[in-house]
Amino acid sequence: MKLIELKQVSISYDHGNQAVQNVSFSVESGDYLCIVGENGSGKSTLIKGLLGLQPLQAGTVRFIPPMSRDQIGYLPQKVQVQRDFPASVREVVLSGCLRRGLFYSRADKQTAAENMQLLNIFQLRDQSYRELSGGQQQRVLLARALCAAGKMLVLDEPVTGLDPVVTQELYALLKKLNRSRDLTIVMVSHDIAAAVQYANKILHMDQTVRFFGTTQDYLQSDIGKTFLGRGRPQ
Amino acid sequence: MTIMNMFSYGFMQRAAIVGFLVALCAALLGVSLVLKRYSMIGDGLSHVGFGAMALGVALGQAPLYVAIPVVIVAAFLLLRISENSNIRGDAAIALISSSSIAVGLIVISLSGGVNIDISEWMFGTILSITSAEVYACIAVSAVVLILYVLCYNKIFAVTFDEKFAAATGLNTKLYNTLIALLTAMVIVVGMRMMGTLLISSLIIFPALTAMRVFKSFRSVMICAACVSVIGVFAGLIASCAIPNLSPGAAIVVADLLLFLCFWGAGKLVRR
Repeated sequence: MKLIELKQVSISYDHGNQAVQNVSFSVESGDYLCIVGENGSGKSTLIKGLLGLQPLQAGTVRFIPPMSRDQIGYLPQKVQVQRDFPASVREVVLSGCLRRGLFYSRADKQTAAENMQLLNIFQLRDQSYRELSGGQQQRVLLARALCAAGKMLVLDEPVTGLDPVVTQELYALLKKLNRSRDLTIVMVSHDIAAAVQYANKILHMDQTVRFFGTTQDYLQSDIGKTFLGRGRPQ
Repeated sequence: MTIMNMFSYGFMQRAAIVGFLVALCAALLGVSLVLKRYSMIGDGLSHVGFGAMALGVALGQAPLYVAIPVVIVAAFLLLRISENSNIRGDAAIALISSSSIAVGLIVISLSGGVNIDISEWMFGTILSITSAEVYACIAVSAVVLILYVLCYNKIFAVTFDEKFAAATGLNTKLYNTLIALLTAMVIVVGMRMMGTLLISSLIIFPALTAMRVFKSFRSVMICAACVSVIGVFAGLIASCAIPNLSPGAAIVVADLLLFLCFWGAGKLVRR
């Protein structure tokens, strides 16, 4: 079942550089899609276009009902939270539930508590977000994204700045959520080895689509072989 | 004169009601404005308010009825400028502030408005507020407080991480506009009390003071509201006890002292 369909999407920045050119692909329910490519290949821009954070120059992004924008949980690449922003972990996680009415219901608080437990940050719930370590902050933001994610989780370089152990835990958790909760995952990633290990579909970007298909096909393709060969540690 | 005696006078009762309401509204909005780095918008709006009120007097209208729509329009404009990274927001606000004061002063002098006390407009006249103004203040404060409480969770989301809120489908422009609109209303009402030059301190001080000690958004909000009300009452009482002390200035100094206390307390707690 298709959830989102992008058709001939082009996005350019104010200064005229075209970041994304004529990109078409679709996301199906239950997919674990990794978007890979070099730095500056338009991966993050494409995600922002999909989420409606960046206006499209051309093309369409269509959410196919019952899928809608408010079923998406988003984990941004880098959250520019000010150093002195007063917010407890609980407040940040709960803000993921904000689409459902003016006030948080008992069910919202339950969801937030479950997601905090899942990510092992429940004991930090009354602490200040700004006083947590980078890895802990990332887990708080992921818990928030999970509260918002009815059907789909969109992650932009989620492992940047995390240590290897935390990174592996995060990948394992995402795979588990993908399977057990039937949560569709769209992830921008630099980590090509992990991408082909966990994802069932790969979108290789270089301004435009260089490859879109299953991970097995990608591994057999020329571009996949080349990119993986270079991406592997020596 | 005891404190009970002070508040037996009608003018002090009116000052207390208006002071309480404006302090509360300004503190709540102030937390969002300070955290969104919009502190200067409050300052800019109060200057626009000065120009608009002068225009109102020159046109023979009630100053408040001219000032409210003009300041609301200015709030939208300043918000757009701050969101648009092509223009230097802080510089643009400074430009608008000084131009508004200049236009206001020229309008006053050209219309022969000798019976306007400019220093009252600059520094406020909380002790000479009329009953009609009290009612206007109650109405505006009620709107601000109700909207703020209803939208509290969305305002937090928009303040903390606008991108995330937008990605989950929240209309962030709407809530930014709401914050600007409410700020404009509070500033126009508060200008009568604190004057053009001092009103922005009512918005900025309580939030900064509360943030020295408290770490969650809700506790900062509650603390800012309390600190703001305490500051206004301390200033009012001081200005009654000490002859010729400007109440507006006394309130700002009370806020400054509270800030210094909390700053010290925050340092001690963190050690």
